[in-house]
Amino acid sequence: MELNKFEDVFEGKLAKNEMVEPKDWMPDNYRKHLIRQISQHAHSEIVGMLPEGNWITRAPSLRSKVVLLAKVQDEGGHGLYLYTAAETLGVSRDELLNNLHTGKAKYSSIFNYPTLTWADIGAVGWLVDGAAIMNQVMLQRTSYGPYARAMVRICKEESFHQRQGFEIMTRLAFGTEDQKAMAQDALNRWWYPTMMMFGPPDAESPNSENAMKWRIKRETNDQLRQKFVNQTVPQVEYLGLTVPDANLKWNEAKKGYDYSEPNWVEFKNVISGNGPCNKERLAARNKAHDEGAWVREAAQAFAKKRKEVYAAA
Amino acid sequence: MTTQEALFQYTLRLGDTNLILGQRLSEWTGHGPFLEEDLALTNIALDITGTAKSLLEYAATLEGKGRTEDDLAYFRNDRQYFNAQITEQPNGDYARTIVRQAIIDCFDFYFYTELAKSKDETLAGIAQKSIKEVTYHLRHTSSWVERFGDGTEESHNKAQTAVNELWQYTGELFEMNEVDAILIKEGIAVDLKIVKEKWEKHITELLEKSTLTKPENVFMQTGSRKGIHTEHLAYILAEMQALPRMFPDAKW
Ligand SMILES: [Fe+2]
Ligand SMILES: [Fe+2]
Ligand SMILES: [Fe+2]
Repeated sequence: MELNKFEDVFEGKLAKNEMVEPKDWMPDNYRKHLIRQISQHAHSEIVGMLPEGNWITRAPSLRSKVVLLAKVQDEGGHGLYLYTAAETLGVSRDELLNNLHTGKAKYSSIFNYPTLTWADIGAVGWLVDGAAIMNQVMLQRTSYGPYARAMVRICKEESFHQRQGFEIMTRLAFGTEDQKAMAQDALNRWWYPTMMMFGPPDAESPNSENAMKWRIKRETNDQLRQKFVNQTVPQVEYLGLTVPDANLKWNEAKKGYDYSEPNWVEFKNVISGNGPCNKERLAARNKAHDEGAWVREAAQAFAKKRKEVYAAA
Repeated sequence: MTTQEALFQYTLRLGDTNLILGQRLSEWTGHGPFLEEDLALTNIALDITGTAKSLLEYAATLEGKGRTEDDLAYFRNDRQYFNAQITEQPNGDYARTIVRQAIIDCFDFYFYTELAKSKDETLAGIAQKSIKEVTYHLRHTSSWVERFGDGTEESHNKAQTAVNELWQYTGELFEMNEVDAILIKEGIAVDLKIVKEKWEKHITELLEKSTLTKPENVFMQTGSRKGIHTEHLAYILAEMQALPRMFPDAKW
């Protein structure tokens, strides 16, 4: 078959909403785009374990401790499914991790913000997992089979996380004055960083035609951000808290809220390494990886010895 | 001491041991040597903390003073904690964490197998659930003791150092006092002499298989049955209890 025949098959699958599988032919730019996107997502999951893991040893009840441990474990599991999905495209996990550890690869900027109080654990689950679901839900039907299947499992678990985060916020918002103040403070600090998770305004980020065609994206950054605001404001009201935006107002004509843009200068700064925790997050990942080297070596040496024993027997 | 009081003390001891061990293990979450192992150890931490929760819940009921499992976990001082000292020892390197865990998993495997036959239905129920989990934990940590022992020179040395340093805390696991005496008579508590024999045999075989040397004539530390601990426990509690103690009226 000639190249254009392969391309026809590939295009045909996209047109019929069929899945592309690892053994299928695919264009180079499709493969590259997927490797970058899936590995960035995987990195985000494992870096995300750090700000949340930060409160496991200090969770204020045994129940919340168990729930948080399970949540952080889920995030690690998401990382694992996603690295596995990326590997089907012909890259190794070592290579991908190396890109993360050397600062070459990106991960979601939101995890460069600190979790300062217990309410931040509530806010992260409620807002950050909430925004992640909104960004990711369409990926359950994305064109690349292994990615789509990983996302089905991931989205299901992210919904649990969002509910658990909202539950923490509910307890705080309906608790003592101190707890309520803690909840409001967390909302104040996480509102705009969460809004940034949908990416720069559409005017500055022309939606890539390919991303739409490949069913990697269906809605624009601004559409998703608007949807998030519309969904979240009533939840804030239910909690009796205040969105830290003086311009927030219902707009009957567009059947949605008007809202202030996040600070895009801050966004660019955090992305380029100047967020409050960029250096700490990377240092923690590197430390774990470097200190784990002798463990991985021991496992390999042991496996090799056993193989030799079996071969001799 | 009444049987009820003894049962409370006994359940508290088991709950504390699981809670402090779970607390230590969860310090690794997100920082493990590689992703699969990070997940496996977090899963062990999760199981153990879950067991702690069930046990402390039951302890609170037995006490009958209106305290909850969280009151017991967050509002007792180190002198009122009865966890075995080995559980509060720092994680150290991964070999140390694994050796500590293998020693305890092996103990737990035989201990909960016995406790599952307890005349106290609640303890027997908790034990039955725990055996399934501990069986997996023991398989996991034993396989790592073997890999470390018979892996590289570095891993062997790290594992042997861990064994040598932790051994002094193993004697405590088998200590029995008035609480045990009262409850063994009632068919509720486990006779730790039985567990000790099985544990010795199992752990000796594991170390041998792993080319590690079992320490001999080690002086055994003691104290946790009386609420006396190493310096580490007070720090663990300071971290774990900070938030509820800062806001004692709050519900979380
Ligand atoms: Fe995610
Ligand atoms: Fe996740
Ligand atoms: Fe999540």
